[in-house]
Amino acid sequence: MIEQSHSTDGKEVIELRGIKKIYPVGDQEVAALAGINLDIRQGEFAALMGPSGSGKSTLMNILGCLDRPSVGSYKLDGKEVANLSDDELAVTRNKYIGFVFQNFNLLNTISSLDNVALPLVYAGISKKERAERAMHYLDMVGLSDRADHMPNELSGGQKQRVAIARALVNDPQIIMADEPTGNLDTKSTKEILDIFENMHKMGRTIILVTHEPDVAMRASRQLLVRDGLITRDEGKGVVLDVV
Amino acid sequence: MAFKALLANKMRSLLTMLGIIIGVGAVIVMVALGTGVKESITNSIASLGSNMLIVSPAATNNGGVRGAAGSNTKLKYDDAKAIKDRIKNIDYVSPSVASSYQIVNGRSNWNSSVQGVTPEYMAIRSLEVVSGSYISINDMDKRNRVAVLGATVATELFGTDNPVGSNIRINNAPYMVIGVLSKKGQSAMGQDQDDVVYIPLTTAQERLLGITHVQSINIQVSTPEKMTQVQSEITNLLRSRHRIREGGDDDFKVNNLTSLMELVDQQTAMITALLGSIAAISLVVGGIGIMNIMMVSVTERTREIGIRKALGATFKAIMTQFLIESVVISVVGGFIGVIAAFGICFIINSLGLEMSGSPFKTSITVLPIVVSFIFSVGIGLFFGIYPARKAAKLDPIEALRYE
Repeated sequence: MIEQSHSTDGKEVIELRGIKKIYPVGDQEVAALAGINLDIRQGEFAALMGPSGSGKSTLMNILGCLDRPSVGSYKLDGKEVANLSDDELAVTRNKYIGFVFQNFNLLNTISSLDNVALPLVYAGISKKERAERAMHYLDMVGLSDRADHMPNELSGGQKQRVAIARALVNDPQIIMADEPTGNLDTKSTKEILDIFENMHKMGRTIILVTHEPDVAMRASRQLLVRDGLITRDEGKGVVLDVV
Repeated sequence: MAFKALLANKMRSLLTMLGIIIGVGAVIVMVALGTGVKESITNSIASLGSNMLIVSPAATNNGGVRGAAGSNTKLKYDDAKAIKDRIKNIDYVSPSVASSYQIVNGRSNWNSSVQGVTPEYMAIRSLEVVSGSYISINDMDKRNRVAVLGATVATELFGTDNPVGSNIRINNAPYMVIGVLSKKGQSAMGQDQDDVVYIPLTTAQERLLGITHVQSINIQVSTPEKMTQVQSEITNLLRSRHRIREGGDDDFKVNNLTSLMELVDQQTAMITALLGSIAAISLVVGGIGIMNIMMVSVTERTREIGIRKALGATFKAIMTQFLIESVVISVVGGFIGVIAAFGICFIINSLGLEMSGSPFKTSITVLPIVVSFIFSVGIGLFFGIYPARKAAKLDPIEALRYE
C-alpha cells in the first residue's frame, strides 16, 4: 500500500554530532541543547520524550530543519544541513521532512485535497500530478470520500489523517510528528497510532515527540531529553523487516 | 490561490478596491473634463475663422502726437486687393468697415453693428445663409443698398416672419434684405455673433460712412504652417505700398488668432493637469488602503504563512503570493475604475451641457486610461512589497506558534 522508495539497509539517515543551541538571556547565555549526539537509522520509529523546558522542542525544530544549531554538525541523509540558508532549509523541509502537528495546522480556506497537495505546490509539481498524488495519499488514510470537504467539516481524527497524508505526499525521508495525538480522543489516538505503526512496518523513518509514556511505548525506540542532553536511549537500531 | 484568498474576504477586498476604483475613475474623468473644456474653447475660437490674420490700421502719429488705435486712414480696399494678388498661400482676403446704427423696420427698431464686407467674408467666417442669398460681386460693383441680417437682428425686427425681400432703414436710407444667416451663437468673448447686419463694403464706404479707407482686412491663410511666413510677407508688402522708410513705424498691425489659441492651450493644459493631479492623490490614498489591508492580512494569516513555510515555501514563494494578491486588487480595481469613468463621462455627455453656446462633451483620451491603469498596478506592487516582505521574512517556528 505504501511505497517506500528509500533504501532500508539500516544506514544512518540522521547524524547529530555535538549539537548545541545557545540563547542569549540578558548578558548570560543559556544552552537549550548542550551537545547532543544522536544517530537515527533508516526505518526507525523513535519517540522523543522529556518534560517541558528540557530542550525537546528545540531538538525537534533542529531535526525538522525549522531551526539551525548554534554549534555542531547535522547530517541529513548524508548531507550537512547545519549551516543552510533559510531558503535552502525550506527546500530541505519540502523534500526530506513531512510534518504532523498537534493542532493539525491545515489551511481552513482550502479543501482537504488541496491541503494534502500543498507541499507539491512548493516542489514545483504540475497541477494534474498534484491532484493525483494527493488523492492517492488521501485514499491511503481512508479519506478519499472527504477530498472536497473543508477542514472545519472534519472531525479531529479525520483532520489528523489529512495532515498525515500531507506529510507523506512528497515521499519524505522522515516523518516528524509533534504530539500528534495531543488533541485527540482515545479512539482517534488509537487510529492515528495504528497508522504510524503501519508506516513503520512499511519502512518509514518516524520521529514522534510526546509526553505520554503509553504513546511512546508504541515506538520501537525511546529517547529521553533532559537539560539539553539525551539521558536515556532504549531500543536503538530496531528496524522492522519490510513486509 | 490569490483569487481564493481574496474571495474569502469579499467585503474587505471590495472596500480596498474602492480606493483604486475611485482613484483611477477620478483621474480619467477629470482629464476627460479638462480635455472637453479645451476642445469646447478651441471650437469657439475656430468658429471665429481658422487660420485667420487680421490687418488693422495703427494709431496716427502727427509729429509725435499719437491718435487712438485704428485712427489711421491709410489702409485701403486696394491694399486688400494687392495682398490677394501678390501673396501666395492665401485663400481669402476680406476688407471690412463697421459702425453701429439704429436699424428700422416699420415700427420695430434695433441698434446693431453694420458691417461693410466683401463676398469672401462669408467663407472666412464660415457663415451660412438660411434663407435668401449672400452679398454678390455685382452688389459690390454697383454699391447696391442690400443687407444680410444676422439671426438676432432678423428676430428682433421681423419676429418669425421671413425678412427676405423686405426693406429696412439704416441711417434713414432704405436697404433691401437679401438674406438671413444661420445662428452662430456667442463668441468665446461672450459676444452675440448673430447681432450684426452685413452690407456691401463699397456701399458702406461711400453711401453710409462716407470714407475711403477700410477698418480691417481679414485674411484666411491656406495652412496654419504658413501663418508666420504670410504674416511677414503682408507686412513687407504694406510697408512698401505705404512708402514707409527703413526703420519707420508700421501704420498698420497684423494680428493672428494663434496666440489666442496658444494661450487657451496653455491654460486648459494647466487646469487639466491640476484636476488630474488632485485625482491622482486619491489614487495614492487608494494604494495606502491596499497596504493597510495587506498588513492586516499578513498578521491575520501568520499561522498560514508558518504552515506554508514548514511545508517548504521559500521567501520568494510567500512574497509572490502576497504581491499577487495586492496586484490583483489594484488591477481589478483599476479595470472597474476605467469602466466607471466611461459610465460617468457618458452620463455627463448625455446631460447635453452647453458651454459658451457650443455643446460641451467630455473627451476620453487613451493616455490617461493607460497611465492611470499602469499607475494603479504600480501602486499595487509598491504598496504590496512591504507587507509581502514582512510575510516572507516571518520565522516559521514563531509563525506556527502564533494564535
